[in-house]
Amino acid sequence: MTESPLTSPEAFSPPSTPLLALRQVSCERDERQLFTQLNLRAYPGDVIQIVGPNGSGKTTLLRALAGINKDYTGDVLWAGRPVTDVAWEYSHNLLYIGHLPGVKKALSPLENLRWYAAISGHQTRATLYSALEAVGLYGYEDTPCYQLSAGQLRRVALARLYLSQARLWILDEPFTAIDKRGAAQLETLFAHHAEQGGVILLTSHQDLALPSLKHLNLLDYQPASIVDNLEPDHG
Amino acid sequence: MVDAAVSSGSATFAVFWATLRRDLLLAVRHRAEMVNPLVFFLIAITLIPLGVSPESKTLAAIAPGLIWVMALLATLLSLDGLFRSDFEDGSLEQMLISPQPLYFTVLAKVMVHWLVTGLPLTLMSPLLGVMLALPSGGYGPLCVTLLLGTASMSLIGAVGAALTVALRKGGLLLSLIVMPLYVPVLIFGASAVHNAVLSSPINSQLAVLGAFLALAVVLAPLAAAGALRVSSDG
Repeated sequence: MTESPLTSPEAFSPPSTPLLALRQVSCERDERQLFTQLNLRAYPGDVIQIVGPNGSGKTTLLRALAGINKDYTGDVLWAGRPVTDVAWEYSHNLLYIGHLPGVKKALSPLENLRWYAAISGHQTRATLYSALEAVGLYGYEDTPCYQLSAGQLRRVALARLYLSQARLWILDEPFTAIDKRGAAQLETLFAHHAEQGGVILLTSHQDLALPSLKHLNLLDYQPASIVDNLEPDHG
Repeated sequence: MVDAAVSSGSATFAVFWATLRRDLLLAVRHRAEMVNPLVFFLIAITLIPLGVSPESKTLAAIAPGLIWVMALLATLLSLDGLFRSDFEDGSLEQMLISPQPLYFTVLAKVMVHWLVTGLPLTLMSPLLGVMLALPSGGYGPLCVTLLLGTASMSLIGAVGAALTVALRKGGLLLSLIVMPLYVPVLIFGASAVHNAVLSSPINSQLAVLGAFLALAVVLAPLAAAGALRVSSDG
């Protein structure tokens, strides 16, 4: 902890240790097994799309990985060490955007983003204005968010991607309400993040055209009894 | 190591200020909701002389207790929304996973709650004292005890609000959780004002109220932070 884990090149772990690893992770909700024995290794540069039908536990998995939901068994390792042991380092390297955008409608995009910049403790690599410009909200900086459309609200939340220096991005349905051009822009940003040695875990029902894309199908980790009851997803 | 400690200290401070600033801005933009408890306080006290008796002797005897009870109820009324909107729009999740300690985020939120309810209630209380014919010796102690007491009540209430934030209809439960913890504050606060009216010493009551506040500042945000984590789990 003597140096910032975000900027020092030494912090980039050798490719042999995955940046994020899940070992035998199981999760149940309301006494229903969502997935069991889930194993995953994410190396720097990986973009992992988690797929599965509605209700298969995609959001639950992401919330567990973000540390919001602690109701799971198994190990989550960050650079080879349990996340609970390196909580400070992990939280500095994590950017989570859930399916709720977390945007206050009474505040302007700029005011929303300013609070996020302070609370996430990330060193900013761009100014708030340029981040808002990057997501196409130029000219809307001081408009109250209740006057913005659903897509624009989502863009306010996504502007944090341009501010953050976190290496692990956990994104729950980032493309919701985003138009085609915006989605293409996001994909470019994802590719750029992966090139920089970052890891992205995301859920989406959209087909992505990223070179480093991997899929994790939650149906593969469901107890047999549930698989029988569900139509297999083609995604 | 020292540098890291200093930078993380200033980042913590930055979170406190950023949250304070954001919540104050939100309170200003939601003025109507903010004024609700104050209007309740004003109306309730105004109705007492009409309903009980306009005679100043009767009113003076019950004034300290009444103002305190109404201030307590007004605080209780405003608690439900403390974490509700953050829970509903997802910003609470972001507070939980922030690398900065949740303690200071919660403390900042509670401080704003006090600034927009407890402080105005305290500032209004002398005026309401006049309406209830409070004897002149009571005004100073009334303000001081309310200042200490409302701050404690905001802090204690935050624990209840954090515990019930995930419940659809947590209002009644919130009152049940918080009310017993408010009783000691009420007893010492009201009795201090009562003693002051009778020209008796009030040092001990003030000391107890101060001790409540000191304990609440240290412990309540911790408890509320824990409760928020439990509420968001699952």
